[in-house]
Amino acid sequence: MITKRIIPCLDVRDGMVVKGIQFKNHKIVGSIVSLANKYSDEGADELVFYDIGASTIGSTLKKEWVSKIADVINIPFCVAGGIKSVDDARDILNLGADKVSINTPALQDPSLISALSKEFGSQCVVIGMDVKTIDEKSYLFAKTGSEKTSHQTNIIASDWIKKVQNLGAGEVVINSMNKDGMKNGYDIELLQDLSNVCKIPMIASGGAGSTKDFVDVFTNTNVDGALAASIFHNNEYSINQVKTSLKGNKINVRI
Amino acid sequence: MTVAIIDCGGSNLRSVSMAIKRLDMDYIVTDDVSLINSSEFVILPGVGSAQNVMQTLKSKNLIEIIKSLKQPVLGICIGMHILFEFSEEGNSQCLGIIKGKITRFNNKNLKIPQMGWNKVLFLEDELKNLDNYYYFANSFYSQIYQCTKATSNYGLPIASVVQKDNFMGCQFHPEKSANAGIKFLKYFFSKR
Repeated sequence: MITKRIIPCLDVRDGMVVKGIQFKNHKIVGSIVSLANKYSDEGADELVFYDIGASTIGSTLKKEWVSKIADVINIPFCVAGGIKSVDDARDILNLGADKVSINTPALQDPSLISALSKEFGSQCVVIGMDVKTIDEKSYLFAKTGSEKTSHQTNIIASDWIKKVQNLGAGEVVINSMNKDGMKNGYDIELLQDLSNVCKIPMIASGGAGSTKDFVDVFTNTNVDGALAASIFHNNEYSINQVKTSLKGNKINVRI
Repeated sequence: MTVAIIDCGGSNLRSVSMAIKRLDMDYIVTDDVSLINSSEFVILPGVGSAQNVMQTLKSKNLIEIIKSLKQPVLGICIGMHILFEFSEEGNSQCLGIIKGKITRFNNKNLKIPQMGWNKVLFLEDELKNLDNYYYFANSFYSQIYQCTKATSNYGLPIASVVQKDNFMGCQFHPEKSANAGIKFLKYFFSKR
């Protein structure tokens, strides 16, 4: 059967990889191509590049770096940030990306999801969801790339999953805003809850701090992959260490 | 050695091109009949949907050209699907080089699309030195037919490599399957 995926996430701003805590205070961690190469060599199953500046300032994604990545790595990668139209997505895919992830533009115009799916196939269409649990209800947030623009919507996360999968999305990435950058484990409760309604691949994001957190998320939820940033960027653990630990716990991974 | 990558409108042309470039082979992305005919290898790199790829090939008058090719041809993902007679994706008539049809995954307990790295079991000795994990991204699949050269499991057994004469197809994306994919492409290019 298909293996569980380990996915390093590289937040990109102004052409560099950055990392913040709970979506704030971003610091530069390295260059895009060198980190992409490193993770690919270490056995990452896939990479996600999140252009966190793009959607908040309304700019079109600066695209050269996408083709630079495609030229050096031979594992799948997804590009997110600032993709607002079928034409935007076509540009990114033609530069060598395998998938595009859309977040705020999908909230503003859900028909974009079906348009993308029809044009490129559902396997290209990932929906990023920034979710915060407030008084036991899980709400979607929009424009989270900057603390100035980030705001709560009235959309409940499980309702949104049902909607996007009907519109032809091929995957969802669940970013837990409560857990992001905290390094004390994935949001197991949220992911269990959302797994109940999700019929397309689901990726956990936010909260990885140790190999145990990966074991926990795959043991206790039905997610297909786990995304992480700081644990890998800070060289606390290698991807191979994480996968070895997963394999030791009888979780099916590619080593 | 020249590889003609048929421009059939998919979005993985660049990735396939780069994979071939890394193997130090000359390649050209083309829909030109004489370039396709004179190349030593041909790749059908379909991504998107079977009906779109078939429509594109039809509008470029490439259907009969592809069917008559004598050099090794590799169809990737949708490029493999269209080698068969029919695909349930858009109820598309395909090239009919290989007998059989492409079916949609229809198991309510499975997530669709299949997305990620799955194990591939090669059925023939000459393929058994290849690596076992490859990257898949598909909602439609081929069941096991006589032409199946490798299988995978996604809730049920599926064909991951098929072959008839000089036509080979792989369900996975070798251009995205790290070193395993490079080895697989090298194997294809060793067949002349």
